[in-house]
Amino acid sequence: MTQHIVLDIDGQQYPVDADPDMPLLYALRDHLQLDNPRFGCGLGQCGACTVHVDGAPTRSCSLPISAVGTARIVTLAGLGTPDQPHVLQTAFIQEQATQCGYCLNGWIMTAAALLRDKPHATEADIRDGLSGLKCRCGAHLAILRAVTRAARA
Amino acid sequence: MGNISRRSLLRTGGALVVSFGAPLASPIAASAQTQPKAGPPPDQLDTWLAIQHDGSVTAFFGKMDPGQGVDVAIRQIVAEELDIAVERVAIVMGDTARTANQGGASGSTGIERGGITLRYAGAEARRVLLDLAGQHLGAPVDALRVRDGVVSCIADPARQVSYGDLIGDRHFDVPLQWNGVYGNGLVARGRAEPKHPGDYHIVGTSVPRTDIPEKVFARHHFVTDIRLPGMLHARMIRPAVTGSVPIAVDEASIADIAGARVVWKQGFLGVAAPREWDAIRAARTLKVTWSQAVPPFPGTAALYDHMRAATPIARKEPVKQGDADAAIAGATKIVEAEYEWPFQSHASMGPACAVVDARPDSATVWTGTQKPHFAAMGVARILGLTLAQVRGIWVRGAGSYGRNDAGDAAMDAAVMSQALGAPVRVQYMRADGTGWDPKGPASIHRARAGLDANGKVVGYRFDSRGFSRTDIATTESDPAHSLAGQLMDMKLSPTQEFGIPTEPYQFPAQLRAWETIPALFDRASPLRSSHLRDPVGPQLGFASESFIDELAHAAGADAVAFRLAHLQDPRAIAAIGACAASFRWQARIAGSLRVADPVVTGRGFAYSQRGQTIVALAVEVEVNRTTGRVRPRRWTVAHDCGLVINPQGLRLCIESNIAQGSSRALWEEVTFNPAMVTSVDWVSYPILDMADAPDAIDIVLLDRPDLPPSGAGEGSIRPVAAAIGNAIFDATGIRLHRAPFTPERIKEALGVPT
Repeated sequence: MTQHIVLDIDGQQYPVDADPDMPLLYALRDHLQLDNPRFGCGLGQCGACTVHVDGAPTRSCSLPISAVGTARIVTLAGLGTPDQPHVLQTAFIQEQATQCGYCLNGWIMTAAALLRDKPHATEADIRDGLSGLKCRCGAHLAILRAVTRAARA
Repeated sequence: MGNISRRSLLRTGGALVVSFGAPLASPIAASAQTQPKAGPPPDQLDTWLAIQHDGSVTAFFGKMDPGQGVDVAIRQIVAEELDIAVERVAIVMGDTARTANQGGASGSTGIERGGITLRYAGAEARRVLLDLAGQHLGAPVDALRVRDGVVSCIADPARQVSYGDLIGDRHFDVPLQWNGVYGNGLVARGRAEPKHPGDYHIVGTSVPRTDIPEKVFARHHFVTDIRLPGMLHARMIRPAVTGSVPIAVDEASIADIAGARVVWKQGFLGVAAPREWDAIRAARTLKVTWSQAVPPFPGTAALYDHMRAATPIARKEPVKQGDADAAIAGATKIVEAEYEWPFQSHASMGPACAVVDARPDSATVWTGTQKPHFAAMGVARILGLTLAQVRGIWVRGAGSYGRNDAGDAAMDAAVMSQALGAPVRVQYMRADGTGWDPKGPASIHRARAGLDANGKVVGYRFDSRGFSRTDIATTESDPAHSLAGQLMDMKLSPTQEFGIPTEPYQFPAQLRAWETIPALFDRASPLRSSHLRDPVGPQLGFASESFIDELAHAAGADAVAFRLAHLQDPRAIAAIGACAASFRWQARIAGSLRVADPVVTGRGFAYSQRGQTIVALAVEVEVNRTTGRVRPRRWTVAHDCGLVINPQGLRLCIESNIAQGSSRALWEEVTFNPAMVTSVDWVSYPILDMADAPDAIDIVLLDRPDLPPSGAGEGSIRPVAAAIGNAIFDATGIRLHRAPFTPERIKEALGVPT
């Protein structure tokens, strides 16, 4: 019942032997120790586990690894670095847009796809595009400021 | 220098390697113990501060930062006293081997209490360093000055010596006067007087957080990322009916899952496996026969009826002035109302996680709890070890906001690790986090007051009835207050506590009382109650400040003017005035501008005093009369928490309080059937969505350098529900007496078919 799968993550190839029904999140976190996608609900309801799968923001807690195939996976670590930051990473730092930060991955990864598709997104676009993500600490306004700042950058 | 050379070298950390992964090749040393010992002594300066050879400083803080940047504020306080750049001050938090027990995150005391000793320590270290510099430079201390950790002669600045050269990597060996208290009340100080606030140049500035870039670049590690060699992943198995316990467990049912093992002790049941997904599968697959239990709960719909019919077990009357009943009876006009507030969940963003490595004669717990020193005590007790044998290491967890599920996860991991003889990582599933965390208690508040002919209150009563806020203790030091302890039949010791409104309204006769009723189920209950951010404050504030609004309306008065007419405290008056001015509040009677449009707006006001922190709120809300949806659009917050340490951090903390408070006011209600809690995820327990976030929160900080800083983590959540409810009344004429103000409830109140 174990399947051998090679995952393409942040431009590197990672072999994983696991139950084909195992959600991608556990391959990333437990098998590969790529920790940034976070377990929030395991139900696709909060977004903390979001990665890009062939560019589409995807809840990795709900995607079986057998369904990933050769798709290119990008995690927050692959989005940018301190030397070459993504515009959203810069904006979130400038706005200090998080409290505990456990949900942060979902907001940045979802917003990155949103701004890629709609570089001049309005605040209404951003609210709509980020609807459904959860932040328990209530950093909503700071997050909105950060994404809006990035959209104007 | 002879004096310095005799000083002992700073001890270095041990060698237990803890891997956080990412990347695989770079495990970090967490300097865990090989020889566990009790925490450092509070009466030594070295416990609080260390100076490295390069002159950089490490502060040791016996609390932690739950996500508001308290660590930055503490670094600022230390840097200020030492006259060193804040960037050169690092902080160690919440590690029982390296920090004294300052109580963890508790009651918004991070700065208010936790900062006191760090401030004294900084001042004392500066005094000692100046003495050493005087000897070194051959100059009297009053001829010296300090700039960024370098001491120089005022008359001849070329004669200088750095903190690093004076004492780098060596102990101060300087005693402090300690009040003998551990926890929030711990105070230790030296001979030095701290700086006068008028001389501050670091305190009061918006120093950015250091953890945010780490988080943004995927380099920050949470407790969920702790890995140990040989570590097993575990999941807990909870009953479907509260009170039911396993009577048979078929281990063969998971025999085909690699390495899966069962730990079963009385009601305690968990599974573990080397792979996390296997642990999850084992928890789902394991065949368990459960005892028959009588479903103990009344069900959500019957909660408040149950509470009204219950017999109280404790009652207190903390404020009793004059004869309130007689004064009300003789009043011109009597107003009365009852308010209801549901159980609410911490619903932390990530369900709790803890890792415990239990050995025969020692244990280490890595925990995201906000009270790691107490969690270490609880782990010691549940494992039968002494406190000195257990080290607790706080690693950031998801924002906890009180006694959330983190305390239970630590005990579960301890029991599992001891039973399995291996390090165990317990991470809960979503339903464990939202369904089984300790809850903020449900309550009913009855308010009654009498007005005279001039619209002034002559008598006031406020009676609360609720479940205790300490049905389980707010720290994890006694495992009998954890799910693991209760499932293993440890002796219960609930205490009875609630609270009263603390706003200093000057009513001639008044009674403010509370009573508690028995928990719905006494042992391992998913409705056990404990502290949730601003414990019982939001429910008290909802009722008391809604009632003030009702009184103002009955008196034909403007809500702001009515409050001011009953207040004498100058800080309260200043905060209310500042809020009203910035909001451009125009005096009028609530509801006097009502229109019948499909979408209507209204404004509401509320005020609170929590400890020494004073908050005044005004809000404009939009009510969609068709959908029942309420959206606060524009807030003004006037906030007085004494001396402001970090304005930006404070503003962001206040914003988050407003957002979380809105979430609790508009959306959050724990639901349950007779057997079990049924609000178990983000669909059944919704919280504020980005679509409902306000347009703007205007914050007026009333900085009071003449006053000590008081807590800001909770004060501004307290009046949020009342402000929104008062605005809904202004917009619609509907007075809401039950929270949350869900679309269904709004439509029902408006008579819209649901």
